[in-house]
Amino acid sequence: MMDETPKKLVELKDLQLYFNQGKSNEVRAIDHVSFDIYEGEVFGLVGESGSGKTTIGRAILKLYEPTAGQILFDGQDVTHLKHKHLSEFRKDAQMIFQDPQASLNGRMKVRDIIAEGIDINKLAKNKAERDAKVQHLLDLVGLNKDHATRYPHEFSGGQRQRIGIARALAVDPKFIIADEPISALDVSIQAQVVNLMKELQTEHSLTYLFIAHDLSMVKYISDRIGVMHWGKLLEIGTADAVYNHPLHPYTKSLLSAIPVPDPEVESMRQHIEYDASIETDGKERQMVEINPGHFVLATPEEVSVYKNQQK
Amino acid sequence: MSNPILKVENLHVNFNTYAGTVQAIRDVSFDLNQGETLAIVGESGSGKSVTTKTLMGLNAKNALIPDNSRLIFKDRNLLDLTESDWQSVRGNEIAMIFQDPMTSLDPTMKIGMQIAEPLIKHRNMKKEDALKRALELMKGVGIPDSEEHINDYPHQWSGGMRQRAVVAIALAADPEILIADEPTTALDVTIQAQILNLMKTLQKDTGSSIIFITHDLGVVAGMANRVAVMYAGKIVEYGTVDEIFFNPQHPYTWGLLNSMPTTDTQQGGLQAIPGTPPDLLEPPKGDAFASRNAYALAIDSKEEPPFFRVSDTHYAATWLLDERAPKVTPPVKIQKRWAHWREMQEQESQA
Amino acid sequence: MAANTQDFVIVGAQDSEANEHIAKPALSFWQDAWRRLKLNKLAVISLWFLAFILAFAFVSNFVMPQQQANSFNSDKVGVYKNLPPKSGLPIPGWSGQIKAPGDTTSTDVYASQNVPKSEKFILGTDNIGRSLAKRVTVGLRISLLVALVATFIDLLVGVAYGVLSGWKGGWVDNVMQRIIEILSSVPNLIIVTMLGLVLGGGVLSIILAIAMTGWLGMARQVRNMTLTLKERDYVLAAKSLGESSFKIAIKHLIPNMAGTIIVQIMMTVPTAIMFEAVLSAINLGVKPPTASLGSLISDASSMLQFYPYQVLIPSAMLVLVSLAFILLGDGLRDAFDPRASED
Repeated sequence: MMDETPKKLVELKDLQLYFNQGKSNEVRAIDHVSFDIYEGEVFGLVGESGSGKTTIGRAILKLYEPTAGQILFDGQDVTHLKHKHLSEFRKDAQMIFQDPQASLNGRMKVRDIIAEGIDINKLAKNKAERDAKVQHLLDLVGLNKDHATRYPHEFSGGQRQRIGIARALAVDPKFIIADEPISALDVSIQAQVVNLMKELQTEHSLTYLFIAHDLSMVKYISDRIGVMHWGKLLEIGTADAVYNHPLHPYTKSLLSAIPVPDPEVESMRQHIEYDASIETDGKERQMVEINPGHFVLATPEEVSVYKNQQK
Repeated sequence: MSNPILKVENLHVNFNTYAGTVQAIRDVSFDLNQGETLAIVGESGSGKSVTTKTLMGLNAKNALIPDNSRLIFKDRNLLDLTESDWQSVRGNEIAMIFQDPMTSLDPTMKIGMQIAEPLIKHRNMKKEDALKRALELMKGVGIPDSEEHINDYPHQWSGGMRQRAVVAIALAADPEILIADEPTTALDVTIQAQILNLMKTLQKDTGSSIIFITHDLGVVAGMANRVAVMYAGKIVEYGTVDEIFFNPQHPYTWGLLNSMPTTDTQQGGLQAIPGTPPDLLEPPKGDAFASRNAYALAIDSKEEPPFFRVSDTHYAATWLLDERAPKVTPPVKIQKRWAHWREMQEQESQA
Repeated sequence: MAANTQDFVIVGAQDSEANEHIAKPALSFWQDAWRRLKLNKLAVISLWFLAFILAFAFVSNFVMPQQQANSFNSDKVGVYKNLPPKSGLPIPGWSGQIKAPGDTTSTDVYASQNVPKSEKFILGTDNIGRSLAKRVTVGLRISLLVALVATFIDLLVGVAYGVLSGWKGGWVDNVMQRIIEILSSVPNLIIVTMLGLVLGGGVLSIILAIAMTGWLGMARQVRNMTLTLKERDYVLAAKSLGESSFKIAIKHLIPNMAGTIIVQIMMTVPTAIMFEAVLSAINLGVKPPTASLGSLISDASSMLQFYPYQVLIPSAMLVLVSLAFILLGDGLRDAFDPRASED
């Protein structure tokens, strides 16, 4: 698939983000996390609530200030960007939020919500051009033109999420962080939004960081997947490798918990409980490549166990 | 045959709003049998939550329920109950597990006391006895070191533990019917798996009947004995869990099943249902699903389909089952399910 | 069933135009709030009453200058003083007659003081013969002016301070909140007295005194709302689109707390009116001959036993106006409440 080395669009280097650092209630939201996102791929980031996956997304977009480490975007260090450079960067990297209700300002018409990025970055010369752009974006996400003059509360969850997508696309970004974009939606609408995102990805050559807690949807949309727990990245690999040949016990537990729409499979499914004590034993662990492109956080002893499992 | 503990007949619920009357439930009938789990599946706005609220007598003030609607439970029509009658039913004979464990517990009350409260109220237990029983219930729902935690407040617990407490409260008065409204939607998958396992075990022990409301067919497959699929305020298909998953007949059920990724879903294989559910302020004429249905017939937009019998336990409201309708080929993944269904039938007839 | 075979032809799904149709009429937040406010009768009556009072106070400026209500003819004080209300119609208690304490029959004061037959005072006169109707009109004007201007200053300062404090957070917020705490621990009366000394009393110093202490509540409320709203996803979305902090405040924060702010204003106005009255009662209010509702009440209160109407009329005005603001504020609070927006 990839014959030449693909270009790295986003690089996280030993990123750390601690809340209340040095105090008794210190939270290590991101604990020494490194990974790359290649241009044109969908990188899925999976974990439970409190795993730090959302914090990573927000740190990349500079909504949170990292404690230590580096974030590179398109080869440029964006960790400490300010002012003009920051707004340049923000045109390239956009976000889709989890709760389509909370992510739209209820006092604004849909037209003005979508046009927010156009206004800020002065991408339209006049009102007609602005309206035309909004119209085009509404078309892209499958909404009608009379929706432009309505208010967010009049829409269903799926429609609202599509408005959020249109808002992100307005500035023509290269990279989109989708922070649990489907968790708040009905299953049937999830498929709609995921399909729309895939379509837009090919049409606009986008790169996604797709954050979710549902491994089945992530597997479907992602090229590569990273699994997080308690601020640490535990496993990273291609979607197939992580889904079909998981290494870390936490990944196995997550996979075993996914309900499948098949009564026969369900009647036999055994949920594997995860024993988190292996993370708190204080041993030094590093990301080790077990198979080409498939890494797991492990001690040297664990590495040999994982390698044996693969045989 | 089966023994219905609850019969819902011709239920209609309308809501008066400034913009007009919203027909949230449009003629819903179903039975709940003793000891079974009935799953009601649908999207938001399908009326599944209004159904449960009606069953609990918790509808908003602007709800209108016509006189011919009936909810028969123990030889009485629940819709005739006064508010004070309801209070002896709610939490006692019919209990509910809510979606969000964060908001369904009282943050200012000790958890042990919250579990004991229905016992004191409905069973006239003394406080000490009720708390003893609460401790047993906490152990029953798998709360570790229950003795130490009986005096905790909700904020000291994680989401999964809180939902266990909610389950314990619902079970406290040993209800005959348990209504679970999306009980795991707000939880992480691993926690969801634990809570679902817990509910299954508890049902085996207590023999209560469960109405399980969800939009997630994966959860339904593991929990339900029978399934009713709701769309736009109506039930469009109902049957046993195997019938719904392996022999689905309604195009909406097909759409729901197809929009979920399964283990063998390849890239590009996810088929979403286009569009948005209809606005029940102006329910469309005929079949409400017609405008989103790739298999819609001309008659769908003129006349509402009646229920067609597929088997004694399986009915679907789609004109495709009419003898005059053309034979359609369902999506590939549904064909696979049908093929599996035929295998199952053959195996059964051989055995 | 009238269906024929043509009805059983596959037509497929319709286009998105039909699929994404929304039947509800488009309704902005304000239209929706107005719709819900209209359901509250008391609030609507209050709204009309206040609209009438404000219009009346405004128009009266042109019809009746303050001079006219303040001046009196010192030669005729004996004739015109302390006349009871007289409507000119035979309505009991409104016919120019009054029963003095101890008397068994009421006397026609107009006749006994030889007031010319053609003259009548609809709300009576005060102890130096000035028309109470004119005095109350002017007093209402001053009271409303004081309250509205003070509230307006509260609004400007309080909202700006609150948004800044909440948005910046960290040490800025810390310092700003400590300042609020210090200010709110200084008794109002001290501030008023000091301002009176510096500015020499009068309407301006009262407005400033009320405003200086009143904005604290607004600032606290706005800061709390800002702390909640700034974590909302749409604010994060605006940030990630590169919106400036000032624009975020104007476009996202303030519109979303408009409900709270308006309710707070509705509650501040009656407080300011009352506070002004209290100041007048302890002689820190407006200086004679200028009248406010408060000063009218306090001037006449010593004669309450003999001429109760001189106290009751401005008091009733004060209570009605304050009550209307409070009832309207209550109605608005319900109208803006998002929990009620489900129906």
